[in-house]
Amino acid sequence: MRYVIIGNSVAACGCIEAIRKVDLQNPIVVISDEKYRVYSRPLISYYLAGKVDESKMYIRDEDYYEKNKVEAMLGKRAVSVDFKNKEVVLDDGSKVKYDKLLIATGGKPFVPPTKGFELKNVFTFIKFDDVKAIDEAIKNGAKKATVIGAGLSGLKAAEALIKRGLEVTVVELANRILGSILDLEASKIVQDELEKHGIVFKLETSVDEIIGDGKVEKVKLKNGEILDTDIVVFAIGVVPNIDFLKGTELKINRGIVVDDHMRTNIEDVYAAGDCAEGYDCVYQQQRVIPIWPNAYDQGETAGYNMAGVEKTFDRGFPMNSIGFFDVHMITAGIVMPNSDDIEVLVKHDKEKNSYRKIYIKNGRVLGFMFINSIDRAGMITNMIKEGLNVESIKHRLLDDDFGYLDLPKELRQEKILGGAKA
Amino acid sequence: MAKKIFPKEEVCVGCHLCEVYCVYAHSKYKKPTVKAHELVKLYNKHKDSKPTPRILVEEKSGEWTTFALQCRHCDDAPCTKACITGAMKKLEDGRVICDEEKCVGCWSCIMACPHGAVRRGENKKAASKCDLCLELGEPVCVKNCPNEALVIKEV
Repeated sequence: MRYVIIGNSVAACGCIEAIRKVDLQNPIVVISDEKYRVYSRPLISYYLAGKVDESKMYIRDEDYYEKNKVEAMLGKRAVSVDFKNKEVVLDDGSKVKYDKLLIATGGKPFVPPTKGFELKNVFTFIKFDDVKAIDEAIKNGAKKATVIGAGLSGLKAAEALIKRGLEVTVVELANRILGSILDLEASKIVQDELEKHGIVFKLETSVDEIIGDGKVEKVKLKNGEILDTDIVVFAIGVVPNIDFLKGTELKINRGIVVDDHMRTNIEDVYAAGDCAEGYDCVYQQQRVIPIWPNAYDQGETAGYNMAGVEKTFDRGFPMNSIGFFDVHMITAGIVMPNSDDIEVLVKHDKEKNSYRKIYIKNGRVLGFMFINSIDRAGMITNMIKEGLNVESIKHRLLDDDFGYLDLPKELRQEKILGGAKA
Repeated sequence: MAKKIFPKEEVCVGCHLCEVYCVYAHSKYKKPTVKAHELVKLYNKHKDSKPTPRILVEEKSGEWTTFALQCRHCDDAPCTKACITGAMKKLEDGRVICDEEKCVGCWSCIMACPHGAVRRGENKKAASKCDLCLELGEPVCVKNCPNEALVIKEV
């Protein structure tokens, strides 16, 4: 038995760690086109800001591969998979045989066709090498930056660039920032904070053309405005990194379609993380859920099943915890429902600059957004996960001090004691 | 098998002594019993807010029930899976610990902990959680609870 994993991020970790819980012997091979051992992509903005150094980018100890008996083939790109002969083909022409395969190739930046994209100092914002290149440009004197996209990664990029002393403008097509996780009111709170620190926003427009002679000099926006800039960072979003598998018999919708065992339509082939499309228990449909904990869970589930231990995972849904300067937020589930049988609980404490909003449907939490009042938010994400009926406690869900004492005694004790007796 | 601390809400009187001992044990003193003058120094350092214990005493106005909740050191530890830095990890003996040097304060652990047992630590820089008093051998909250409302058991 030989396990092969294409990809080397958190879904791969979940897979390796699950396999090694039940199978200490059989070899695991990890193939990655990046030369780094497993590092954290969300930390790239912290690296750029100077908050973490290279040694802290790595999410597992240096002896991780050795300890887990993993052969890490780093700096090798998988270019195709021969599903019939069970082989992964690499860019140097060599082939890697597998008995069980996990595809965990993550996401790649989405960049709309843009004139001038090939100019020097135009970047995307996903990989470690992206921020190393941006860092280099700053060291070479870049003073003004334009970030395209006001989503999670675009704003983390903008925050890092401001911390590095650049003038930063963020361009966003929607009418608000963080449109995928916040409503208008919440988005305003965060935008105010970012503007307070000097970030300039151009909303409801996008980039038309990047102008420069070899190197970027200006950005022309669709609204006609022209901005002087030394660097441009595209951070519009990610799409599953699965181009090399298109046209094969592997079933792909938006991402690689997987069942609750992370199995694809091809025997012995599994997929997990940002490249996979699994079940979303809040939306109740197959979706790509490109978030970190989901990638780990899916990778872990795949790992167990690849090693012959049956496990299911059908509790995935979007959730995010992110902060900019002194504003922190945790959001989960559906944050902009479009049906009218939904109950909305909301509390905006202007003095504390905090905001809590929860959506409830049929007695169950559908989603929430908490800004600057995030303590114990995991209790609510867990309620979404378990589908707990919150009818009797909903009047307390918005309070900062919501806790186990608000749950019925039996339920509270079961959760705390986990069946044991104190 | 991991050791876990269990709160007995029937006998907890909400005295918050567990918090004091917890803060003390995780300070530079790292001792199981409190010396009053050191404690004064410790609390004086924190001008704006009290130092953060790794235990959470739940109480609610109008109710007599109180209890002290710590990390449950879950078998599947969702905080470790959500952690973007690798700071939150499960040790082989079952304990879940946070490497505060590595933590960047993204609070994914707070998002993921079903018990709400992870807190933002001092100056809100790193996650702060019960480590079962790793360096002292036994949890000081259990040892010093005046009413034996906390017990440690292997489960």
